[in-house]
Parts: sequence; C-alpha cells; structure tokens
Amino acid sequence: MKYISYLTIGIFFGIIMYKSEAASWFRIYEMFQFESFHMYGIIGSALAIGVIGVQIIKKYKIKAIGGNKMNLHPKTKSVARYLIGGIIFGLGWALAGACPGPMYVLVGAGYYSILVVIGGALLGTFVYGLVKNKLPH
Amino acid sequence: MNLLYDPWPWYVAGPLIALTMFILLYAGKQFGMSSNLRTMCSIGGAGRYSDFFKFDWRAQRWNLIVVVGAVIGGFIASQFMSDNKVVINPDVAQQLSTDYGIESAGEAYLPPELFASENLSDPFVLAILIIGGFLVGFGARYAGGCTSGHAISGLSNLQLPSLIAVIGFFIGGLIMIHLLFPLIFS
Repeated sequence: MKYISYLTIGIFFGIIMYKSEAASWFRIYEMFQFESFHMYGIIGSALAIGVIGVQIIKKYKIKAIGGNKMNLHPKTKSVARYLIGGIIFGLGWALAGACPGPMYVLVGAGYYSILVVIGGALLGTFVYGLVKNKLPH
Repeated sequence: MNLLYDPWPWYVAGPLIALTMFILLYAGKQFGMSSNLRTMCSIGGAGRYSDFFKFDWRAQRWNLIVVVGAVIGGFIASQFMSDNKVVINPDVAQQLSTDYGIESAGEAYLPPELFASENLSDPFVLAILIIGGFLVGFGARYAGGCTSGHAISGLSNLQLPSLIAVIGFFIGGLIMIHLLFPLIFS
C-alpha cells in the first residue's frame, strides 16, 4: 500500500516535470541564456510556497504521518563541497540539459539516449565514492 | 488554454512541485532525486570498492519507487498529454540554429541532434552525453544534492549550504553555456 503511494507521487512528479517542460534541454539552455522567465518562475514559485510552508510546519510543529518528526534537518556547514560540487553539477546540468529527476522522466517519454546520460551519472556517483576522502569537504 | 494538452505555465508547475515536496515531508521523507544514484550503485555492489556505498539501501527503496513512478509519469505525459514540441524564445532558437546548427527548437522536446538514438554511434554525441551525465552524478554527490534536494528542499528550509550549492549550479551552468558551448559545438 505504501509503495502505491510512492508510485503515485512519482507519476505525479513525472507528469509535472514533462508538462512544465522543465525536462526539456531547450528550456535549460534558454534559462542559462536568461532569455525566458519560465524556469525561474517554476523554481521561484515552488520556492516561495516551499519557504512559507516550511515556516508554517516549524511554527505549528506539524508532524509527519504517524506522529513522526518532519525530515527537515539542517545541512552540514561547509563552503568548499557545496561550491565546487555545485559548479561541477551545473556544468553537467547545462551540457546534458537535464538534472536527475527529469532524466528518469525522459526515459519514460522514450528518449532512450538519456540512458547513456544516466549511465554517466551512475559512473560519476561511483567515482565520487572512490575519491571522496581525497576531496575538500 | 487546454490544461491537459498544452504545456503547463510556471505558476501551475512551481506550486505543484512544492506540493510534491510537502507530500514527501508529510510521509516522513525528503524530496531529492539524485540520492537514488548512490542507492543504485550500492545495489550494484559498489560497497566492495568504497564505504560510501555501504549503507542500508533498503531504507531508500521508497525513493526508487518514486523513480519508477517518474518514468511512468514521463510516459503518460508524452503519450497522452503533449505534442512533444517545446517552443522557446525565438531569439534563442535562432541563435541555436545559427551558432550550433541545432535547428529543432519548436519542433521537438529534446534536440535530435544530441538525443536521437541513431546519433549514439557518433563519438562526439556519445561523449557529450556521458560527460554531461558524469558531471551531474559526481557533482550532485559532492554537493550533497541536486536541483530538487538543494534548490527546492534545502532553500525552502533556508539552508545556507543549499544557497551556496545553487549559486554553484548557476556558475557551472553559465560557464558551460557561455564559455564552453562555443568551444564544444562550433
């Protein structure tokens, strides 16, 4: 039963990504050219509602299902890992024109070349695991 | 406007993404799509090579189910809810055509020049897809999250680390599009 819920959330998310064109290479390119408000509108409005919602959750101590605490942990403080990791991610995001969520969505949409991108992403994750301890964090 | 068939404007999509995040928070989980890659590495036996992959991936099964859902969602949306053409700013479409020979803006969802299956035999295209993916996977784990984990979840929780990461995403993206694309594609 729980798995049906997660499957439904995934389907819902996949449809949003595809229908909003956030999964389109063209939209990512256009965003980095600052030639359209579309992607900024998506991220900005999600964020505005997200910030307000999280503040409400914290203020009224709203619990997750089953009375558990919401999964809102502070992230470990650092600059190097977020900045360097972020720049590396951004280079790939712009080159492949897709971030992880949309990659899966595009598989379902039948763009099988994206499987090569996902293969590359798995390899990148694996290599990070190998060299992790040698990198500044 | 035909909501079922036309592309969704930002003010529909953004709030629905926030809703996705709140549903996952209510379920006691977190919204983040890149941690799945680590889970898949662990399932594939990467724990033999690095302790980074030695964790209880079974606790992450829910997130893999979300991935399966996202694939199905992509199928449903592309088959029944879209004409699979993305219209962008005509100036950008013109620039793509003039500078890089990418002529498919307005005609396709992804440029076939890069994503048509028959172009996979082109080493240049193959390299772009693999390197692009590699940087996304490596960078997402190094930064501890991707667009969903940092730009949506982390920033919604007013996390400074997420702001640094998102600034990094844009530095990297702008370097790629404005400095490296002209070198790679022309």
